[in-house]
Amino acid sequence: MRAGDDEAFAELVSENTPRLLAVARRFMRNEEDARDAVQEGFLSAFKSIDRFEGGSKLSTWLHRIVVNACLMKLRSKKRKPERSIEDLLPGYQSDGHPEQFFEPWRETGEDAAARNEERELVRKYIDQLPDNYRNVLLLRDIEGIDTEETAQMLDLTPGAVKTRLHRARLALRELLDPHFRPEQSVYS
Amino acid sequence: MTCQELADFIIDYVENKLPADRREVFEKHLAVCPSCIEYLNSYKSTCQILGDLRCDGEEEVPCEVPDDLVSAILAARKGEEPSSPASEDDSAS
Repeated sequence: MRAGDDEAFAELVSENTPRLLAVARRFMRNEEDARDAVQEGFLSAFKSIDRFEGGSKLSTWLHRIVVNACLMKLRSKKRKPERSIEDLLPGYQSDGHPEQFFEPWRETGEDAAARNEERELVRKYIDQLPDNYRNVLLLRDIEGIDTEETAQMLDLTPGAVKTRLHRARLALRELLDPHFRPEQSVYS
Repeated sequence: MTCQELADFIIDYVENKLPADRREVFEKHLAVCPSCIEYLNSYKSTCQILGDLRCDGEEEVPCEVPDDLVSAILAARKGEEPSSPASEDDSAS
């Protein structure tokens, strides 16, 4: 491939595009942007193929390049005003007690249909998180990238990644709460 | 430890990264606060659903190769038009 073999490039692109498109769809909010990100990622990979050291798998290397292309596209896009993460976190009184007691959740994922429904719901709510938090959650919890590498990709400290991940999960929990609460409060 | 402070330490608690002394304080609070037990459980459920989504990654991969996108990428590599994905009909075999 480093010799510029067209067939090798064609095979590489054919083999990896479906998986990388699925990755880009998780980050981008529309199909056109997802496709653009995959294309930009591949073009970037072609330019730097000489720098691929073989220390990691080629598929992992491409994954990171496409994720970076998605992050760059997201940074360049102006989003409509986002909700503040504070608005998505539970409220507490001055003495540290929650404004509302936390209720037990019903069982999640009881059957395949329920699991699919829940996952759709989670995807929808992940998209409602502010980008700074959504991106950390996607990188860490969905793409499985570790804290150090996530920090490098987002130009953050590992501590900031951890804080954002925690707040993103708490906000997601809060968004999911009405769907999993029992119909009748256990405190009433 | 208040309920609000407990929330700050949940991530370290579930990842087993709380120092022993803080873990003890954390668990003492849980022992007397049913609301925080439910908060912790629902946090774990949220992580569980996220974990399921992560495992589903393979299922989301399209079964068919999107030929139009593949053609557009290969054309762009050679500096050819189009740089945007062509229609399915235009795809190279």
